[in-house]
Amino acid sequence: METQDNEKQEYNITVYTENQIGLLNRIAIIFTRRKINIDSLNTSPSEIESIHRFNIVITESEEVVRKLTRQIEKQVEVLKVYYHTNADVIWQELALYKVSTDVIAEQVSVERLLRENGARAVVIRKDYTVFETTGHREETDALIKILQPYGLIEFVRSARVAIIKNSEGFNSKLREFERLEPGEDVVENEYLNKGQKVFTM
Amino acid sequence: METQTITQEIGAITTDAVKTPTIEVSGSVALLEALIVEGVETIFGYPGGAIMPIYDALYDYKEKLNHILVRHEQGGIHAGQGYARTSGKVGVVFATSGPGATNLVTGLADAQIDSTPLVCITGQVFAHLLGTDAFQETDVINITTPVTKWNYQVTDATEIPEVIAKAFYIAKSGRPGPVLIDITKNAQIQKFDYDGYIKCNHIRSYRPKPIVRQQYIQQAAELINQAKKPFIIWGQGVILGSAEQEFKTFVEKSGIPAAWTILGAGAIPTDHPQNVGMLGMHGNYGPNVLTNECDVLIAIGMRFDDRVTGRLDKYAKQAKVIHLDIDPAEIDKNVKSAVPVWGDCKETLPLLTAAVEAKQHDEWLALFNDYTRKEIEAVIHDELNPTSGEMTMGEVIKQLNDITKGEAVIVTDVGQHQMVACRYAKLNKTRSNVTSGGLGTMGFALPAAIGAKFGAQDRTVVAIIGDGGFQMTLQELGTIMQSKVDVKIIILNNRFLGMVRQWQELFNERRYSFVDIQSPDFVMVAKGYGIAGKMIDQRADLTTSLHEMIDHKGSFLLEVMVTKENNVFPMVPQGCSVSEIRLK
Repeated sequence: METQDNEKQEYNITVYTENQIGLLNRIAIIFTRRKINIDSLNTSPSEIESIHRFNIVITESEEVVRKLTRQIEKQVEVLKVYYHTNADVIWQELALYKVSTDVIAEQVSVERLLRENGARAVVIRKDYTVFETTGHREETDALIKILQPYGLIEFVRSARVAIIKNSEGFNSKLREFERLEPGEDVVENEYLNKGQKVFTM
Repeated sequence: METQTITQEIGAITTDAVKTPTIEVSGSVALLEALIVEGVETIFGYPGGAIMPIYDALYDYKEKLNHILVRHEQGGIHAGQGYARTSGKVGVVFATSGPGATNLVTGLADAQIDSTPLVCITGQVFAHLLGTDAFQETDVINITTPVTKWNYQVTDATEIPEVIAKAFYIAKSGRPGPVLIDITKNAQIQKFDYDGYIKCNHIRSYRPKPIVRQQYIQQAAELINQAKKPFIIWGQGVILGSAEQEFKTFVEKSGIPAAWTILGAGAIPTDHPQNVGMLGMHGNYGPNVLTNECDVLIAIGMRFDDRVTGRLDKYAKQAKVIHLDIDPAEIDKNVKSAVPVWGDCKETLPLLTAAVEAKQHDEWLALFNDYTRKEIEAVIHDELNPTSGEMTMGEVIKQLNDITKGEAVIVTDVGQHQMVACRYAKLNKTRSNVTSGGLGTMGFALPAAIGAKFGAQDRTVVAIIGDGGFQMTLQELGTIMQSKVDVKIIILNNRFLGMVRQWQELFNERRYSFVDIQSPDFVMVAKGYGIAGKMIDQRADLTTSLHEMIDHKGSFLLEVMVTKENNVFPMVPQGCSVSEIRLK
């Protein structure tokens, strides 16, 4: 077994599914049954109408992630599962910060703050202001630290959305799935094609 | 109402190019029509408030669908499992909402882990009452999600034909498993324009079996052809894939010794010269020890359960593993494979057979036989041929073999008697061994035997059950009484929860904590249900009593008093390697 297989790191699991009630639960329990925490979970439409896309982030070893993806892909309404390290995806999270307008106006150089953190003001009212920023975890965290001294009233961060760098979308694959006898390349998981690399003793 | 003609008529007209005429039917009728088209003959079930419209429709289908009224929904689903295991068809179970549905959960979990095809239909409260804590409402879909291959809630009758078609297709295709369809009462009652039933053969998001890859067949064949000490281990996949003949051909051409998991038992006959016995915790000596000496391990339709592998990091480390399985998630799950042969073994085995050289491994096979001799000396001889003292479980099985000649279906419960029966029962035919393997469900055998008989009506069905397990589902004697199904029941009574007692003896310094279970007079209980019975505690009566049981017209309960504190050996203690198997 390769050692890197056992190193824990963040993995981005992308799941293409039918839009079906109960499927979120069916996928979630694959993690909870093994007592694996889901760091982030996002469901959204995909590039194809009627096909949904889950983005799930967990911190685990590749071996565990590989087994999980196979269990997910086994579910009847799941079309395809991919997993990627952070290096293989472009990802973003969105964060909102609510602060007192008075405090901000008096004590902070708002312009510098917005520039340095790539943030923008979504709402400015007499009593409060809401800033928004998108980025990686470190970036959205950084703004928390900056705003905390000025009385951060509310903070919320979205789940991660991720685009796979090396992918050509799902359209061509879906056409294969809709045929009665899918072609070989879509019948199994991606890692099957890696042959020796994956199936070493 | 001439119900069967509904689908037939419409089915005939559907093929015409003209507009399909429709007939207005209720959701309940559409369900029963679907079952008929799917070839269902027997349903195991229990009515209740939320499934009443379906039962009302069933009243008119009595001639076409044989409904067996069970005494508890758990009994119903285990019967469905037994039916599926002997017939190879999908077991069908009806239950009402709430407690009816929750009583199915044990059976669903059992069917899920043992890959048994089932379609369970549960009634549900009216759709407008969902989430209101209505009478007998329970969240069946969420409760059963982890223990079903697929489940779905129907709230509109128009969905029924398509959903039932999917249910059967999913239950039986690929790696089989249980499917649950929850139908709200309004959907059962609702009338809609029914335009026939079309069987499902494709779901775009579901790939029941991986495509066979020739490269892996070639790699596997090369490994096998070079191997000096190859070893085949097979599981239920061979039976589920109806690949017994393909498997036998492969075994015989390759000349490789082959051992089985308990769910694989019977795929090739017990006395086949290359069948070297049972794997696992209470399996045979040779197959366990030699797992750690073989150079190529060929696993076919099995999933490396921990009861088979023992300590995983000391399991077959010296061997190159070839794993044939239909479920990609099983490959490399527990044991890393050198060659993953993805696919249905019905397809992969003939390809592999063609690619391997015809060989004999006489010396290697002789080594297995050496271990068998040691095991006979140390364990088997005394277990099967005692001459004094109380009877042993093993001698009962041996005497039974002599009478049934290996032609009977053997249904076992869970515990010591299960291990003894699986070790010693002679099986000539496939689909002869019905047991709860993965889940280890006590109480499985009695209801499963009822289903097994309905699934194989021309065969003798013998349920072998412990005194503990029998008391978990003995209410199903009522089902036997009413349905007049012919099931032979042997209770091996050691007046203990024997397997737990054995562990307490071996690992807990004989601290027998709550294992001395008392039993009622089983023969009198059977008599109360109008079932003939007999209790024996003398060796001299064993053979004649077994004959009496088998020859009896109708069900018969034979209680055999056996040694109280006998242990099942060999044994791979938990946490030990398979090669550390103990003979005593």
